[in-house]
Amino acid sequence: MNADDEPHIGPLARHDDEPAFDEPWQAQVLALAFALTKVGVFTAVQWSDALGAELRGAAERGDPDDQTTYYAAALAALEGLIAADGRVSPDGLSSRTEQWRRAYLNTPHGNPVKLSAGLNT
Amino acid sequence: MTKHDSNTIANIHKELHSHLPPEPALRVKALESLLVEKGIVDSEAVDAWIEVYTEEIGPKRGAEIVARAWIDPSFKARLFDNGTEAVKDFGIEQEHLQVVENTADVHNMVVCTLCSCYPTSMLGIPPTWYKMAAYRSRAVRDPRGVLEEFGVEVADDVEVRVWDSTAELRYLVVPQRPAGTEDWDEQKLARLVTRNSMIGTERDLAARIEEVA
Repeated sequence: MNADDEPHIGPLARHDDEPAFDEPWQAQVLALAFALTKVGVFTAVQWSDALGAELRGAAERGDPDDQTTYYAAALAALEGLIAADGRVSPDGLSSRTEQWRRAYLNTPHGNPVKLSAGLNT
Repeated sequence: MTKHDSNTIANIHKELHSHLPPEPALRVKALESLLVEKGIVDSEAVDAWIEVYTEEIGPKRGAEIVARAWIDPSFKARLFDNGTEAVKDFGIEQEHLQVVENTADVHNMVVCTLCSCYPTSMLGIPPTWYKMAAYRSRAVRDPRGVLEEFGVEVADDVEVRVWDSTAELRYLVVPQRPAGTEDWDEQKLARLVTRNSMIGTERDLAARIEEVA
């Protein structure tokens, strides 16, 4: 028996009980977007326009219509708006991302991960 | 190499790197740490938002507002007149709020065709389907078809109104109070009100009376 046998439940409604976030970073993206609108780095309208543009791009590329795509679009929108603000440079951002990656790889499993652990390769 | 061996090696590899977060998580960590260092955001504010939105704020707050509107005509009048001001009675800050009412002749349904604008301070984080392209496009094009997917049948003589949210306009639907709840108090009524009934993908709450009573 599959869900099609249920008379009234269509494909959209089957997503009704899913959790708001699949992974913690997804909540962090929305939290950062909220915090940055509060301090005026960008406006709620700019956020909505940027997110809308990323979602449209994802749909045009044929990305799956799901929560993973949604939060990937939200992260891309956030990065775009922060780059436009200028105080955090794209180069600084990518080297910081690498530094975190090394920090995780250099830290024994179970220990707290500190950014300084990623300073040396 | 047998399949078994390659699986074992893959598992060992996975084990070694299992604590490495996925790429987007690293990117978010990088963003947050730089923004905090530069004094642009406060990490405690970010953590507080996450805690509040993952644990505390959900549709319960919206349901309390609906229940109050059902039993208190003066609150209801204020809510429809200026929703943002009225919900401050509940300690809720929701800018640009417009409240719309379902009646025997009108069914309201809310969407954000652009992205996912939503009255989060009253309903929490929007459900997955609200964020999906399928809902965002079809809610306007074929609202009755979408409603059918949610098991909602709206009679032909009932007008379906679709409201397109924006960053500067958030909607809350006040569903109809079902018959048979005349002697219920506000708290009990609030338990009747579902998230979807406040977005408009549910219409008749009568079916819930038995469950709540």
